Order: sequence, then C-alpha cells, then structure tokens
Amino acid sequence: MEPVLISPASFQLFGFIPTVIFSVLLPLVGVGLFTYIMAKRIAPLVKANPDFRFDRPKERILNVLKIWLGQYRHPRYMMAGVLHIIIFFGFLILSVRSTELVIKGISEGFVMPGLGGTLGDIYYFFKDYAATAVFFAVIIAAVRRGIFRPDRYHYPASYGHDHTNEAVFVCLIIATLMVSESLFEAALVAAEIQAGHEATFLAPGTLAWFFKNVLLDNSTESLQTYHIVSYYVHDFTFFFFLCFLPLGKHFHVITSLFNVYFMRLDRGNVRPVRYGVKDEELDDLETFGVKKFSDFTWKDILDFYTCADCGRCADQCPANTVKRPLSPRFISIKGRDYAFSHFPLMGNFVPQELLVGEGGIYSEDEIWSCTTCGACEQECPLGIEYINKIVDLRRGLVDEGNVPQSLQKPLSSLEKRGNPYGKMEKKRADWTKELEGCEVKILDKKTEAQTLYFVDSISSFDERMQNVARATSKILCAVGEDFGILGKEEKDSGNEVKRFGEEMLYQSLKAHNISAIQKSGVKKIVTADPHAYNSLKNEYTDIPPVEHISEVVTKAVASGKLKLKGVTEEEAGKIYTYHDPCYLGRHNGLYDPPRDAIDAIPGIRRVEMHKSRDRSFCCSGGGLMLFYEPEEEERMGVVRVKHAQKAGANVIVTACPFCLVNMEDAIKVAGLEGKMEAIDLGELIAAHIDN
Amino acid sequence: MEILVCVKRVPDTSENEIEINSDGNDIERDDLVYSVNEWDNYAVEEAIQIVDKVGGSVTVVTVGDDESEEVLRREMAMGANNGLLLTDDAFEGSDGKGIATILKAAVEKGKYDLIMTGAQADEGAAQVGGMLAAMLDYPYASLVNMIEPAEGKMKVGREIEGGNQEINEIELPCVLSIQTGINEPRYVGIRGIRKVASVEIPELSASDLGLDAGAVGEGAAKVKRVDYFVPDMGDGAEMLEGSTEEIIAKLIDYLKAKGGLK
Amino acid sequence: MADVFAYIKHADGVADDSALELFVAAKKIAPDAPVTAVVTGTGADLDKICGEMAGVYNAVWKIDNAALAYPNAEVVRKALVNILPADSIVLLPHDTFGMDLGPGLSIKMDSAFVADIVGFDGMDGATLKVVRQEFSGQVSTHVSCDTATGAVLNIRPGIFQYDDSKAGGDVTDKSGDAGDLSAKRTFVEVVAAEAGDVDITKSEVLVSVGRGIEDEDNLEIAFDLAEAMGADVACSRPIVDAKWLEKSRQVGTSGQTVKPKVYLAMGISGSFQHLGGIKGNPFIVAVNKNAKAPIFQVADVGIEADILEFIPELTEAIENL
Repeated sequence: MEPVLISPASFQLFGFIPTVIFSVLLPLVGVGLFTYIMAKRIAPLVKANPDFRFDRPKERILNVLKIWLGQYRHPRYMMAGVLHIIIFFGFLILSVRSTELVIKGISEGFVMPGLGGTLGDIYYFFKDYAATAVFFAVIIAAVRRGIFRPDRYHYPASYGHDHTNEAVFVCLIIATLMVSESLFEAALVAAEIQAGHEATFLAPGTLAWFFKNVLLDNSTESLQTYHIVSYYVHDFTFFFFLCFLPLGKHFHVITSLFNVYFMRLDRGNVRPVRYGVKDEELDDLETFGVKKFSDFTWKDILDFYTCADCGRCADQCPANTVKRPLSPRFISIKGRDYAFSHFPLMGNFVPQELLVGEGGIYSEDEIWSCTTCGACEQECPLGIEYINKIVDLRRGLVDEGNVPQSLQKPLSSLEKRGNPYGKMEKKRADWTKELEGCEVKILDKKTEAQTLYFVDSISSFDERMQNVARATSKILCAVGEDFGILGKEEKDSGNEVKRFGEEMLYQSLKAHNISAIQKSGVKKIVTADPHAYNSLKNEYTDIPPVEHISEVVTKAVASGKLKLKGVTEEEAGKIYTYHDPCYLGRHNGLYDPPRDAIDAIPGIRRVEMHKSRDRSFCCSGGGLMLFYEPEEEERMGVVRVKHAQKAGANVIVTACPFCLVNMEDAIKVAGLEGKMEAIDLGELIAAHIDN
Repeated sequence: MEILVCVKRVPDTSENEIEINSDGNDIERDDLVYSVNEWDNYAVEEAIQIVDKVGGSVTVVTVGDDESEEVLRREMAMGANNGLLLTDDAFEGSDGKGIATILKAAVEKGKYDLIMTGAQADEGAAQVGGMLAAMLDYPYASLVNMIEPAEGKMKVGREIEGGNQEINEIELPCVLSIQTGINEPRYVGIRGIRKVASVEIPELSASDLGLDAGAVGEGAAKVKRVDYFVPDMGDGAEMLEGSTEEIIAKLIDYLKAKGGLK
Repeated sequence: MADVFAYIKHADGVADDSALELFVAAKKIAPDAPVTAVVTGTGADLDKICGEMAGVYNAVWKIDNAALAYPNAEVVRKALVNILPADSIVLLPHDTFGMDLGPGLSIKMDSAFVADIVGFDGMDGATLKVVRQEFSGQVSTHVSCDTATGAVLNIRPGIFQYDDSKAGGDVTDKSGDAGDLSAKRTFVEVVAAEAGDVDITKSEVLVSVGRGIEDEDNLEIAFDLAEAMGADVACSRPIVDAKWLEKSRQVGTSGQTVKPKVYLAMGISGSFQHLGGIKGNPFIVAVNKNAKAPIFQVADVGIEADILEFIPELTEAIENL
C-alpha cells in the first residue's frame, strides 16, 4: 500500500532537495556539538580532587530507583513535585519515541526494535497520553514560573540574574517538542483517513487526536507540509535542546541519574580531608580543604552541574530563613557559574582565584553561617550535598589562619583544655557534686563500670546544662545501669571542631577520647548530647556501641525497668511538643525513641510542629556555633519557638543541650517568658521517675 | 623591612581563678596552661602584615627556658620567618631592665629596622619596650594601634585617653609596643605548628650574646617580687543577699535614693 | 633620702587628676620629704598650672619650651634627664603617657622602674616596698625596689585620692637647663574618637556591660534595662574589641571618661583601665557571677548573680513600679 504522505526520509524540498540530508545532518551536527560541550564540561571533573564513590553498588542502585526513578522526594513540594513527576516520566516514555523519530527521518518506516507488535501498540497508546500530559504540565509550569513566580525562585540581586526566562524558555521548548511530535503523527493520520485507508489509532483526548480532528478538513498538500515541517521542527528542537541542556540548570536532565547514583550513602559523617590519605598521613598534605575550585572533588562539581535551582534547599535552610548570608542553592549556582566561566566552551581555562573572600564567589560569613543541620541535603531531589563542601571550604580557611576572632579563643581552649570554655580539666566532673541520691563513678585505673556516660563539654561546664547531666545520671541510676564518667580524662567530642574545619584538632581530641574510652574498659556508651552521639557513633572507631539516653529510656520503659509516674496537675494543663535535634534526627534517624519516651509519661499531651522529624528546623546550632554570630534578621531559635507556639504547645521538649540553650534564649528574646518553656527530655523523664 | 618581635610565654588565666600557692611566693601553676601573651600576638600579626606589604622578614624572639620555644613555634606558624630563643640560667630572676638588657644584646647581633613588643604582658608593667628603646637610643612609641609602614620615617598612631588617637612620626629604626585591636590576628592550629616543628630555632646564651652574667638575672635586679597575696577586699561593696526579689527591692530603693531612676 | 619629684600632666590649662594624686602618693613614701612638681609646657597655660601646683607641692620646677607644648614622651624625657639630679625618685601617672615615658626615663636616669603601683608598704633604707597587681588584678604582689640610684615610679591613677593636704612652695624656672630637645619621634596630631549616637560622658545614669553579657544578641537586655531606668548603655573594652558596640560607648582609660550619678557595672570584672574612666565618685552597683571580681572592691553595692538572668528581672521590676 502506498503511503498517503511522503515521509521525511523520501521527501524532496522544492521538488529537488531531498530532506533526508537534514535528517542526517541534524543528528550529526547535534550529537557532534553535544559531545564537544560535554567534553568541555567534563574537563573540570577530571582536574578535580578524588572522591571515592564507586563502592556499595546495591545501595546506590536502590537510591537511583527510589530518588531518581521513584521521584521519591518530589511530592514534598506537592504542586511542583507532581508537575515534575509528569514531565519526568513523560520524558522517559518519549525518549524512545524521539529516538525512533530521528531514525525514521533517515530510514523510512523504521520502528524501534520490540515495538512492532502488541508491545508497540501499548507503547504508542501511552506515549500519546504522555506527550499530552507533559504538554499541559509544562504549560502550567511556565505559567507558575513566569507569572505567579513563587518566592522560592527569587533571586537576590547580589547573586546575578535570575533564571525565570531560562525556565520558561525550556517549558516552551518542551511544549514545542510535544506539539510537533503530535502534529507530525496527526497530519499522517488525517491524510490516511482522507484517503480512506485504515487509519492508525490515536488515543482519544490526546494532543495527536485533537490535531487529527482539527486537520481532517485540510488538503493533502497542506497535510504533507504539516507532516514534514513538524518533523523537522521536532528534529531541530530535539537536538537544540540536547545541546542546550549542558548550558544551564537543565543540565540535571543529563546528570541527575549519575548524581543520585553517586550521592552520599551515610549520614552524620564528613568526608576525609583527602580521599586515599589516611589520618596519620594528613601532616604530609601540602594544603587542606577547598581554597581554589580544583580543590573540590569531582562529585562536588557534578553537584554544581546538577543543581536545577529549584530552591527547595534554600526554602528549608534555617540560615537562609533568618536571612543569614547563606543560601545552599547559591553555593551550587555560584559554583556552577564559576565552572562555566573558568572552563569555557571556547578558549583556554581561566586561572583560578581563591573561592572565599574578596574577589571570590563566596564570602567568609556565608561559609561560617552554616549550622550543618542537613535540612538542605534532606530535601534535595537530586542528591546534592552541602555539608561536605562547607566543611571543606572551612578547612581551607582554617588552613590559611582565616578564622573569625570570636572562634579563635574557644578553639585554642579546646586545644589546651579540651573544652571550648577554657575551664580547667579537673573541674569537668564538678557537676556531680550537686547530685543527690545517685552515685556517679569516675572511671580511672581503680574504678570500673559497664557503661560509660559520655557527658561532653557543655553539660560538664555550663551551669544550666549541668542539670541535664544530673538528670541523665538519675535516669541511668534508676534503670540500674552500672555506669561512670571519664571525668578529667574526657575531652570535647569534637563534633563541631570537625565541622568547623579544624581537622587536626579534631583528630587529637578523638584520639585522646578513644584511648580514654578503651582504657576505661566499658562495654557500652550512653550520651545525652546528640553532637557527641553523632561523633562517637559515626566517626570514632574501635569503641563500644553508643546509645542516646532516649533509646535507654524507651527500652527501659518497655522492659519495665523504668517506671514513670503520671503528669502532675500543673503539667496536665500543658501541651508539649518535641523539637528534633539535627544530630539526633536527620543525621542519625532517631525520630521515634524521644517521642516514645515522652509519650511514656502517663497523661502527657503532645502535639507536633508543622516542621518536625526530617524537616525539623535547626535551633541555630551547637558547639562552636554558640561562639559565632553571623548577621541575621531573626534568631533561628525564635523562629522555632514560634513554630511551637503555632502548634499550640507551651513546652518545648528537646533532647540536646545546645537546643535547650538556644530555645531558652529564644523564649526570652521572643518575649514569651511565662507562656513558653523549654526542657530537656532527660530532665522531663528524671522528674517522672517512679522506681 | 627587617622586624624583630619580642614575645613572652604567659599563663592563660582568663577563664579560671588564680590561686596562690601555700608558700605565697608564686601562683598555683599546676593546672595552668600557657600561651603567647595576647598583646604579642597582635604585634606578630602586625609585623607579618607589614612584611606582606613592603617585604622583609619577621623574627620572633623570647627570653625563657626550653618551654618558651612553643610560643616561638606558634608565632612562626603564624608566619614569622625566624625564631630566636635567648636562654641561660643566668637570665633567671631578671627584672624588666634585665630582660631589656638581654634583648638589646640580641638586637645588636642582628640588623633590624623595627622592633616590636606587646604593650604589656602578664605582670601588667608595660616596661620592656620602652627600656629596650632607651638602651638602644631608638625612638619609642607605646600603645601603638596603627602603623603606616614606610622607609626612614613611619606614621604611627598611639591609643591615648578618651578613645583618641595620637599620631606621631617616628624615625627608623625604632621600637613600638603594640596595643590589642590593631589588627585581627590569624588563627594557628595544630597543623600550622607541626609544619614548623622541625625548623631549627637558634638558642643564644649569655656568653653567645656577650653578656656579663652580673648585668642580668636576679643579682642585677633592682626590682624584685617579694610575695603574692590575695588583695584585701577592704570595705568593698555592700553585698546584697536574699532572694532575687528581695535583692531587687533593695537595689531599687538604693537607685531611687541615688537618682538612678527617672 | 633622695629627692622626690612628681611629673605634672596637664592639657588645655587644666591639670590632670593625677597631678595631685602623685603628691599624696609621694607622701606615702616619705611623709616628711619635700616633693617637687615638675611642670613642662609653654605659655600662659604652663604658668597657670605652675601656680596651682605651687599651692600644693613643696616646690615647682617649670620648663617652658615650645617643643614641650604637647607632651611628647621622648622630648619630656630629654628635658627631665637634663634637669633632675642623679638618684632622684620620680613619680609618674601610669597612664598612656606614663607608660610611654617611665621605662625609658628609668634607663636614661640609670634608676629602678616600677610600673602601676597601687600601694606603698614602707621604706627600709633605700629599699622601697610597693604593692602591685598581676593577672588583671586577680592577685596582688609586694615588690621591693632598690632606690639607691633613684627610681621611676608609675602610680596607678585614681588610687591615691587627693586629700587637700598642702605644703606650698615657689616656682623655679628650669627652662635654661632643659638642653637639646630635638627628637626622633615627632607629634603630628590627635585624632578624636568618632562621636557615636550617644554621648555617655554626659549621662547621669549608665548601664555598663562587660564580658558577662557573653553574646552580642544579649545586649538587648541591657538596652531594655537602660530604657526602663532612663539611662544610657555603656560598656567595657572587650565589648568594643568584639565590635558589638561602638567605641564611643566604651568607659575606661582607652575610652570615655564618664561622670554619672549612678553607674551599674553589669558583668564587668573591673580592671583599673575601666575604673580609670569613671570619675566624679558615682554610686556604683556591681553585678557579677564571680564573687572575687575586683569590681566588688570599688562598688558601693554588689550583687553576685548572672547578669543574663538578673537584668531581665530587674527591668521587669522597674517597669512595674
């Protein structure tokens, strides 16, 4: 049977130019150009520092299935997420069709292998719906992005031009692809119907079906024109889009699969100073951290390329929320722009200046503003990392001696005294003096115990937080734990020291603590400080297992070792809410034990804040963060206290001494004294012990 | 510009109460940690910044025992090029003049355009810089909080009463004592110190310096500390006691009586 | 007994508070020894100061020279070395001028030097015993000083309050003996501290905060208290060094000199440099966590408390009056 319309592979323009020339040239030029651009884009990755990301393939594939293919994180922003899911799956489905079309232009009647039979019928049926859905999704996306302009995409002037035009333009490109693909097919089907042939089935309600109905009355000549023109519009747009992707934020269409595959698998840790260099070899390194762009690892640069500028990270970032000079989104965007401008598509690589400080792309305040709370990484649908980069940039600053004055004293006190306050080592156990009805052993050569309570600096020295240490001890006593503390042999866990980029100081604190813990001969470690918990659990090696006090409480309540009495009359009138500390929740996944512990108190009323669990809002951070105050419009703690207020709570329970410091301060600053209070989980439990 | 900065290792006492030992002849030093005198740290930073601007080198010098070497290394980790340890049993018990005498001998062994000290150290005397300058017949400015480095003659600012700044022109070579706040000293971590751990620091004794042992040390000292004691509280303040409410009530009565409330 | 001299500091025709304090201090060394005031400067202001000092000191030596119009320590030193007898005991205030002059003067006079003296504990032959403080006033020491070849003694300002005692004597013009006053350091100008939004030197009531405030954000509670009291907020040096408040709010020898009626020292330990900026004998209230803080020695009323807790409660109580 003669085809009713001449296909692009056989068509002759003006009767003598075979269009198959374009069918061959467009892919050749397109793929050639794309290859060139990609080679240029890969260059900085090759020059970058190593990053060991080729291990644990099963977990990585699982991540790809869940986060990339499953689009698992997208519905956290429902509207944008659903639109993205439609476009994403539309692309996946249509990629087959588009490839088929490209070859069809050269080889008439080409059908993708496997799509000849029933499978093909099913595929063609769905791909029309996919194209239609994508078409409407990009139109809505373009309207949302271009007209309604959600705040999330706002671009502060200092960060350069905004990406609205690019976003809308890409929406239009995608719409063009969808329309041209449908039109190409619709013209053919309309002609088939006109000719009385058995027409290809077009799924009702799809774009192609709609165009077919519109075109039915057109002459065969017109249909022929539509058929050919729409083909080449599609062909051109397709290769234009391919080459356009690596030039901006839509690079993620190409890189996201890889970025998710290589994303971090473990939480609560920070990458080594240099992959492949052991701790004991660190002294041999010429330089520490990221000072220039090429000090980043290849994964960092892949992250930059992958950022789609969606602003989810910034929206969740507490520093950005209180208008500190930090937005994780721009760590990526500025990094990407730097890569583009210093590794240009044409011409030589541009010499690199220092990244941070005057003349650099990041400011010092920006780099010190991060609390390492991890909210950004939790949110990113593309698996982009920030904590590693921030810490590495800080390592670079520390290596150059560039440390804010207010941090120098606590750091040197940590070096000399093992605590940031400069207090004498021998006073580390002084908090036990005021403890009644419970004996706290101080573990030394003569005294042994099964369990070590690792107190850490703030609960050892801060007068208010010493109460948390005493409450923790009371709980351990009540559950019959044979426990003790290291006393003057304990030094700061160093969790924040590491995260502030002072790796060598961290190493020495860690080495000291590990040796002290090993000498004590304990079989188990308990701590009430999530920062200590994080470091001991995820970064210390060769020590006994570590538990947070909330786990101890939950288990002891379940086994009946710990009995809790009900709320007092006064407490019965209160509504409690639990604030997830970042280093307990996001970094270590302990969301339920603290909640279970609270709920174990008979009669207690507890509500959730709208931002809780993995969306918990950082109190502004602990450890050294207490010594550094970046410019901000409002305190993070105040924002958080308002969350609690909005939830209808009047008691904030937290399970971290730093959170408690910040919450108690914030309550005062917010003028909510008397209306709101903060209490540590340990204190709350200790007050209800009924053994 | 060749710069010599004189530094001192002092106990870091800021966060802990100082106690006096049972003999009353010294403070309790067992639990003390030591660091470089805060003012000296600003002086070294300033010297490094000057050399960064106009070239030259920075040498840090201290009078002390082996343990004093650690502060030299710390300052070298900051960026000082050379260290110099002046050490001799004969130096022990020197008063300010004795220390200045030892430093003068060291200055004369080198060729320095600028000599810096911290404005004061743990004893709060603020004396060595001025003495050293007078011995060398160099001009001197104390409490310097601004330096415009230049050849031959420099402009320096001194911090004076009322938050004002006294600007002087001073001929080189000269001695300046540096006040805190003149700059923001850079951070030195363990890594920095380890990097300079193996750098040789020359040690000079009294004889190396051509010093007569009788001119320095305890024997030559005209000023000697006899003992330490806890200052008599004197009449002191009337301490308000009781519950916070009671204290506040009493305080408000006082404030009203003294015109402290409007 | 060696001759005793006191260097008189003055500016704009007004003698510094130390001028008469040194007379009191000198009498503590040897109550009966005559004390000579040395006044340098030029013109009518100089004569006026000399006249005033003649009413108090046993004698006044005047050096009138245009080179001494501004007290450049190097020039003053040259003049003093030329006119003072060997083995003299010279008293200077331990302030920014005395620190500039004293150590070098002692070398040129070949005499002993003791800085920052807060008390005298008798003279035994030529050995003078004085009291000093170390470690920011946390501990005191007795120091012996061999004055056989003279001594330069820097006296802490504000310690030896003038008590109206007088000897009285004549003014002798020593200008001719001053000798060559050329110097390698020349005075250029005084740059005045930038004026801030408040002039604490005129405030009657001051809420002054120190290290105890711990954090820039906590300054708010001090401002709230000041507002409730109708006071202004001042501070000690660490707060300005940290750039939490402007320099114009700093009380102390390196900051402003204030003369309020009431002074609330909140979380201020009370270094002498800080106390040196408080004049006019105000009613001082000190609140500090550390019961041993030196501020409690000079305050009228002391409260041992954490200012971060105490200030908000005080503010509330005052607001409820």
